[in-house]
Amino acid sequence: MTDRLESREKVTGAAKYAFEYAVENAAYAAAVQASVGKGQVRSVDTEAALRLPGVLAVLSCENAPNLGDVPDGELALFQSRTVSYRGQFVAAVVGETLETAREAARLVRIEYAEEEPDVRLRTDHPGLYKPDKVNPVFPSDTEQGKPEDAFRDSPLQVDVTYTTPAEHNNPMEPHTTIAQWNGDETLTLYDSNQGASTVQSTIAQVFDLDPTQVHVVSPHVGGGFGSKGTPRPNVVLAAMAARAAGRPVKFAVPRQQMVATTGYRTPTIQRLRLGADADGRLNAILHEVSEQTSTVKEFAEQTATPTRVLYKAPHRRTSHRVVALDVPTPSWMRAPGETPGVYALESAMDELAVAAGIDPIELRIRNDTDHEPGSGLPFSSRNLVACLREGADRFGWAGRAPEPGVHWEGRKLVGMGVASSTYPAYQRPNKAMARAEHDGTFTVRIAAADIGTGARTALALIAAETLKEDLGNVKVEIGDSAFPRASVAGGSAGTASWGTAVVRACEALRGKMNGAVPPEGIEASADTGDELKARDEYARHAFGAQFAEVEVDADTGEVRVRRMLGVFAAGRIINPKTARSQFIGGMTMGVGMALMEESVMDTEFGDYLNRDLAQYHVPACADVRDIDAVWVEESDPHLNPMGSKGIGEIGIVGAAAAVGNAVHHATGIRVRDLPITPARLLTAL
Amino acid sequence: MDSEVTPVHADITLRVNGTEHRLSVDTRASLLDVLREDLGLTGSKKGCDHGQCGACTILLGGRRANGCLALAVAHDGAEIVTVEGLAQDGRLSPVQEAFIENDAFQCGYCTSGQLCSATAVLDEAENGWPSAVTTDLGSDPALDDDEIRERMSGNLCRCGAYVGIVAAVREASQRKEAAEA
Repeated sequence: MTDRLESREKVTGAAKYAFEYAVENAAYAAAVQASVGKGQVRSVDTEAALRLPGVLAVLSCENAPNLGDVPDGELALFQSRTVSYRGQFVAAVVGETLETAREAARLVRIEYAEEEPDVRLRTDHPGLYKPDKVNPVFPSDTEQGKPEDAFRDSPLQVDVTYTTPAEHNNPMEPHTTIAQWNGDETLTLYDSNQGASTVQSTIAQVFDLDPTQVHVVSPHVGGGFGSKGTPRPNVVLAAMAARAAGRPVKFAVPRQQMVATTGYRTPTIQRLRLGADADGRLNAILHEVSEQTSTVKEFAEQTATPTRVLYKAPHRRTSHRVVALDVPTPSWMRAPGETPGVYALESAMDELAVAAGIDPIELRIRNDTDHEPGSGLPFSSRNLVACLREGADRFGWAGRAPEPGVHWEGRKLVGMGVASSTYPAYQRPNKAMARAEHDGTFTVRIAAADIGTGARTALALIAAETLKEDLGNVKVEIGDSAFPRASVAGGSAGTASWGTAVVRACEALRGKMNGAVPPEGIEASADTGDELKARDEYARHAFGAQFAEVEVDADTGEVRVRRMLGVFAAGRIINPKTARSQFIGGMTMGVGMALMEESVMDTEFGDYLNRDLAQYHVPACADVRDIDAVWVEESDPHLNPMGSKGIGEIGIVGAAAAVGNAVHHATGIRVRDLPITPARLLTAL
Repeated sequence: MDSEVTPVHADITLRVNGTEHRLSVDTRASLLDVLREDLGLTGSKKGCDHGQCGACTILLGGRRANGCLALAVAHDGAEIVTVEGLAQDGRLSPVQEAFIENDAFQCGYCTSGQLCSATAVLDEAENGWPSAVTTDLGSDPALDDDEIRERMSGNLCRCGAYVGIVAAVREASQRKEAAEA
């Protein structure tokens, strides 16, 4: 139970985030967004903006320098006249002050040749296609047996369609960069991101630099939830603006502009067909997904992949169809794929339980499997059933009436729901360095990121354990591209990936030390690339079970989550204190997904309508009454030296299904379109 | 046609965390931007710049306020406490300590605002101010969990640390009561 090592800095305001570095002579950038949904920039009139005192530069497609080899269309800032979606950055202004930059941005006049944008996702869209792969490298479609036939011949059938809306990550710290050129030679970026090494190599490519010429500094990051996993246009904008102004430039994307420019979760339409025997054993699972990407680049979310993992069934189809619309580019948001996919699968499982007259927990236990159905590989460990049973005991599941809509408390209907969770245990190659000082202290360096996960603390615990030293003697330095190259804080793979490199570096250091440390200290490094290639083939996943109790106001349709419990099996938990917070944080975001989060596409203008936190609702303090998370003991020798699985994302997986299933149990109403708002419930109540 | 706006500056004095600052501020500048950009007090955060997230919460004249919604020029002579001023002589306040003990933050970006808000919540309750969930308006409200959740709902936390935040405010409130008893 170790407190976050940076706790004191965070509660005293001393922890510095990207915008907060005291860079001398800094100017400020403000961006201009496209006001049409599709078209061409005809002209950019900068005269009024440039006449304003204190304006240093205006950048647009008419004067921006040519960028190098841009690996991501979203980073090809001002490189063409094409407007691919409303809200895309089309110009930027640099001013002496924030106020001047903002005012000048308002004065930039842009004329467009406007075209009709195509922004509505639908299952009959003629542009739907099968992507070559889904994020990151999964096959788009899989098929085993004869799923259509098996479904048709099944005595129990569920054939339902669920939709999930676009959702925005909305980390509390906006996407932010301070860019400082030192001549044309080197570029320093104080940046808010989930991986300094990734920003370094990507931006080097964009500006035709060697990675060693780019220095990314990011010790504290105010959340990301996937949206800072790759550099977004803000980094390029700041660097380009700093070069144009000949001064360091600070740029934080305003909250309203984040909606179009920093990524979001694609909306999904998911048809689920479950065919089962009379006793609930699955014969066929068909999970067919439609989702969107932009015309700028393809992001094909892996929504149906958890259906390749969760339950046994001889006949199975999973498929993804994507359409490139004139919309902002979707990207990673906490557990991309698993979050919307498990919502649909676990809601359908609840429908099957009702159809079969079987308890939802018993139904899941009956369909448990010791091999990953999609691949046939054995699981390195799988304790889904243990989570379901432990949770049932703790939550008081036994007292739940099987029939829905019968438990009244005054004018409130009360119900309980359950859902399974799963998330892959990924691991990526990393490098780390460990150093022993003559005075008995140790320093570990790796370009890892702590975006609020507790990674800094977990890595220090891992290093101290490997070095057999007190935590107080070990310092971990992260968040700097000058440190050994690290993978991003994403895919719940941070601690497993970085931690393995830290363990190996510390082991190598111990091997070198031989007891004594000379005055100049000793260093050792590690690279886990070869180690990862040599791993045995297993299906590695964390599992969990989520329980929710809700009350639904019969007169207003308002849903309140009274209590929630998550039980997880995620290998060894490195730091219980921060792990519990991460699980609960994911579940809290799941409550938001279930009940309030929805980015509404304005099909008239082609833009997300709700562009701030007053209109895009995330859970507030009063929305969260009693959420707890626990875990079952799990020892898995096939993972990594720590025996850990990732925990950053599984907390959101299944949470919305548990809430939705509880709403059904309370009311007998199945809302198949998230979020479950009073408007959607009231018509049926 | 937009008119061009030439910056207008005004001289003001702010007393921040006990230190007096004489400043010339752009009349369009918010208190938040003046604190962060002119005074280097970056503890107060900008999350939305629209008074919707609470990350910029400061104590303005002893009461909590969104620094992003206050124009600096309108607060000449104001007494301000920011997160940097909550600890006394290097000793963390009970609220700060309780936040650490209860892991009431993850990324830390909303934390400054949460701490300033929580500090004010304790005072507001002590002074008998009711909230939307106070049922008995005749007596001083007790800071039970429902009261804390209601009163802390102006400060969003996307990491979802609310469970820890409520526990921290409860603990700080109990400690304050015990210290005053």
